[in-house]
Amino acid sequence: MAFDLEAIRKEFPILSRQIDGSPLIYLDSGNTSQKPRSVIDAMSNFLETSYAPINRSSYRLAGEATEAFEGARRAVARLINANSADEVIFTKNATESINLIVQSWGRANMSEGDIVLLTEMEHHANIVPWQMLAAERGIEIRWIPLTADGQLDLTDLDQLLAGTKAFSFTAMSNVLGTITPVAKLCQAAHDAGALAIVDACQYVPHNVTDVQAWGADLVAFSSHKMCGPSGIGMLWGRMELLDAMPPFLGGGNMIDTVTLDGFTTAPVPAKFEAGTPPITEAVGLHAAIDFLERLGMADIRRHEMDLTRYALDTLQGRFGDDIKLYGPDNVEIRGGVLSFAFRDLHPHDVSQVLDEHNVCVRAGHHCAKPLMQILGVQSTTRASLYLYNGTDDVDALADALDGASDIFGF
Amino acid sequence: MAGLDDLYREIILDHYRTPRNRGELESPPAFESRGHNPLCGDEITLYLMVDGEGDDAVVSDIKIAGQGCSISQSSASMMTQAVMGKPVSEVRALLRRFKTLLGIEGIEEHEGDSEIPLGDLEALQGVVKFPVRIKCAVLSWNTLAQALDQAAASE
Repeated sequence: MAFDLEAIRKEFPILSRQIDGSPLIYLDSGNTSQKPRSVIDAMSNFLETSYAPINRSSYRLAGEATEAFEGARRAVARLINANSADEVIFTKNATESINLIVQSWGRANMSEGDIVLLTEMEHHANIVPWQMLAAERGIEIRWIPLTADGQLDLTDLDQLLAGTKAFSFTAMSNVLGTITPVAKLCQAAHDAGALAIVDACQYVPHNVTDVQAWGADLVAFSSHKMCGPSGIGMLWGRMELLDAMPPFLGGGNMIDTVTLDGFTTAPVPAKFEAGTPPITEAVGLHAAIDFLERLGMADIRRHEMDLTRYALDTLQGRFGDDIKLYGPDNVEIRGGVLSFAFRDLHPHDVSQVLDEHNVCVRAGHHCAKPLMQILGVQSTTRASLYLYNGTDDVDALADALDGASDIFGF
Repeated sequence: MAGLDDLYREIILDHYRTPRNRGELESPPAFESRGHNPLCGDEITLYLMVDGEGDDAVVSDIKIAGQGCSISQSSASMMTQAVMGKPVSEVRALLRRFKTLLGIEGIEEHEGDSEIPLGDLEALQGVVKFPVRIKCAVLSWNTLAQALDQAAASE
């Protein structure tokens, strides 16, 4: 099936919005994605007809709601090829998923002098939780450096992995777009006796994901970057590992029994889902996954590869040395994330001028300040592409950039 | 609709292209304070020399280092010109007046504040129409307030 961009766009109500009489050019999906009509409808229909508590009450409506919630879990498992839906834990977001890993697995398994290996291109969500554990426990954090074109420099991988207990890394950089060799890195982690943890927040929305083929142990990702609602994230883990991990948050739903003397935990996944979860959001997520699967993850990836190639060529072709694009040039190992420096203009000023043309991009450090230091900048401008973007959006970005330097007189 | 002309006035662009009082001062004797905007990662360092104490204290030199967008850099540049050689009490009053200009709430107004001339700083009023950029405009001012507090504490 050809990727029918016009038809797809019509499914996103917000993309027909105009601001000051001209269309919205949304290039900030690496931040958060827009939602198709089917997701919006699924959530409002659920609220109108089926909303009820889950896992608690025995009337039919509650049974329906529970089934809808668990249906979402099965959809997530299918999307990432998990062995079982019970291996999928719902959290608030990917950040909470990583915090769950560190607070549960990390505190149970790491003590002073133990080592975790991270990479220099991690989002703060895969840095700060480990730094918190380091402050509490005195664990050591090691870093995989980067090559000049923004890939992981794996020259010393074996030495860096030696003696580590965990290796936690991104599958796709939110700044550089770099797609890392996840299966190879998981294998290397296991060869060194380390746990393989993958931050797949930027990867899952844009690619075919197979956590079993990766050979990963734990994978964190979120709903709101893949056409689903905000407020719900996911953690996938191998069942025997999740089984052995202590609970994260305590409260209702995560217990088997409670007495005045203590508690026992419910089986996975309930063990990690204390309190009322994001029920309506799970229903929306399910609709988002149905939507993505209808388009086909492989076709989405193909579309984005073509569009990323077009964007790199267009920006380099039109602006030459006036633009510096970060990250690899090869779209086989790069997603549709375009961080750049434009002339001597500050990213805040660039994004302000782009906003005048309704071009929505992010200017800032993208929650990756260590990476910014390595790139030698305080911030970048970032345009990020998704399935509803086309070459016209890239052209609009380039046209808007053209006007930017006039204002500042550089 | 607020246009970019409201934001990027010529005087602002002039200070951005040719920032005044850029650089560093030896610290000590200068007071040094750092400010950063967590939203965009901008970081500036401000150096302040104060002569005299109490009511007689005067800003005798001020320098700004670091990077930022046109709004934060021009605001810093104009600020250094506005406070150079001024009594500290007047500087604090100008600080209050400037923040009030930008619509920042909770500023305790003192008698006479509204009489204080803003001069070129008035050009930054357009920032009010772009709420995201207010933090850029006040970055250097908050950093100056920290330095003034350091100076006062050292007396």
